[in-house]
Amino acid sequence: MPGITREEVAHLARLARLELKPEELEHFAGQLDDIIGAVARVSEVADQDVPPTSHPLPLTNVMRPDEVRPSLTPEQALSGAPAQEQQRFKVPQILGED
Amino acid sequence: MTTTTDLVSYEDALASYDPVMGLEVHVELGTKTKMFCGCSTALGQDANTQTCPVCLGLPGALPVVNATGVESAIKIGLALNCEIAEWCRFARKNYFYPDMPKNFQTSQYDEPIAFNGYLDVQLEDGETFRVEIERAHMEEDTGKSTHVGGATGRIHGASHSLLDYNRAGIPLIEIVTKPIEGAGERAPEVARAYVRELREVIRALGVSEARMEMGQMRCDVNLSLRPHGTEKFGTRSETKNVNSLRSVERAARFEIQRHAAVLSSGGTIVQETRHFHEDTGSTTSGRVKEEAEDYRYFPEPDLVPVAPSREWVEEIRASLPELPLVRRNRLREEWGVSATDMQAILNAGALEPIVATIEAGADAASARKWWMGELARSANESGKALDELAITPAQVARVTELVAKGDLNDKLARQVIEGVLAGEGTPDEVVDKRGLKVVSDEGALTAAVDEAIAGNPGVADKIRGGKVAAAGALVGAVMKATRGQADAARVKELILEKLGVSEG
Repeated sequence: MPGITREEVAHLARLARLELKPEELEHFAGQLDDIIGAVARVSEVADQDVPPTSHPLPLTNVMRPDEVRPSLTPEQALSGAPAQEQQRFKVPQILGED
Repeated sequence: MTTTTDLVSYEDALASYDPVMGLEVHVELGTKTKMFCGCSTALGQDANTQTCPVCLGLPGALPVVNATGVESAIKIGLALNCEIAEWCRFARKNYFYPDMPKNFQTSQYDEPIAFNGYLDVQLEDGETFRVEIERAHMEEDTGKSTHVGGATGRIHGASHSLLDYNRAGIPLIEIVTKPIEGAGERAPEVARAYVRELREVIRALGVSEARMEMGQMRCDVNLSLRPHGTEKFGTRSETKNVNSLRSVERAARFEIQRHAAVLSSGGTIVQETRHFHEDTGSTTSGRVKEEAEDYRYFPEPDLVPVAPSREWVEEIRASLPELPLVRRNRLREEWGVSATDMQAILNAGALEPIVATIEAGADAASARKWWMGELARSANESGKALDELAITPAQVARVTELVAKGDLNDKLARQVIEGVLAGEGTPDEVVDKRGLKVVSDEGALTAAVDEAIAGNPGVADKIRGGKVAAAGALVGAVMKATRGQADAARVKELILEKLGVSEG
């Protein structure tokens, strides 16, 4: 039986930069446990001869030639930026004062 | 911020411990476009002028892999004697950091395109060391951050950061070695020689200029120590982004000394990333390394697998140029020089200038003599690389030609080279302007010889008495009188003739 612990959910939440309250951790741990359990049932029917699928289309080697295509203008690129400065995306302090 | 790090001497460190290294080198490919979109990779453009929905990670944008990027990766893999995957996928490496607007880097995880190879590298004394290659995989570069508000652009103390995504998505190949064991005290030298050889290979393949000072090639140095006689690896540190050959060697050496100090005082090494400082040659603590699973790698659903056909791989293999080590060995044989001499040529950065000079018509010995002698000295004095000197290989070849024809002797040739380096023009122009020509006019020479004999009667007597070696003093006097423009061998003949002595 697969299982996911409350601690693991807290860890994932931290990695995903999600702030979860203690009761939410409990709640999601239960839900995620159900999901993992459901997915795990696939391995009950899929034997070694069934390779994992990472893409729904049976395609390989879709490539493009190394030819330059027009880029966005800086104005277009920055149009969705919450803040900008010197034609650059402005982001909050990256490291805390530790 | 001055924290001193305890070090033990390099010799003491090696007396107790055996270093194990792992080197990760990132090479920025020289493709015209990014790895997954058609944005230009040209350097030095205005901020955010080379971005699109794909490399900005806008919703709904779909990446398509650059065929030349894949081909370059296969070339590198083959040149490093790797196996090429028959089928492999890209993977998402998830992390939150503003240098990647997608919040993941498209990379490869457990299915690298190339794996299981090796690169033979030559050490300073000509000895060969084989570095095993674990893998070479495809990924993409990140954007460039500028940290504002802190001291000297450092991230610490910055109030905010500015992001330019022109570099985000430029193809990178990451080349990872297997643990390098058995190098002992030569570990730092092996690290440097490996990165240099790799750089030569990359350049020979034409897939990147691999200029470390421009960040086109960067090295992470993983290093750990274990007590002599033990098998188990110690805890490693990872010194990031070491950006010159000299720094690679210094970083490895520093870490050996630092680890030894920690371990010998009973401490433990923290597994962490470290930053290398060019000015002091030291490293300082970075962040504690996140565990691999924290990146939550999973197969990239927006890209289909890459499955290079064996025909394509063989086609690429057949098109590979002569690789640097093979070429150097060939040239060494053609020129008839020892391994040590060849290494000296390499260390001096004289290989390409010498090759070009020979191609311009000089004989190998003369080309080597000038580049490794006069020109190396000049480069050394002016603190320049040989290929930065104000003389071209063709000009050096012209000087050797003038010497071969007897128009110049070595002394005059040196003056011609000096003139060219000083910006006085081509070798022929310098010869004209400075009036540098071997005096072959027998009349003028005879007069100078007579004068020298008359001015040095004591020496002349010695020679008459059979002391032929004393003739050197008179040759010197004649050379001085003709301002070095006489043919020294001819002068000696004339002196002996006049004094009635024969050489044998």
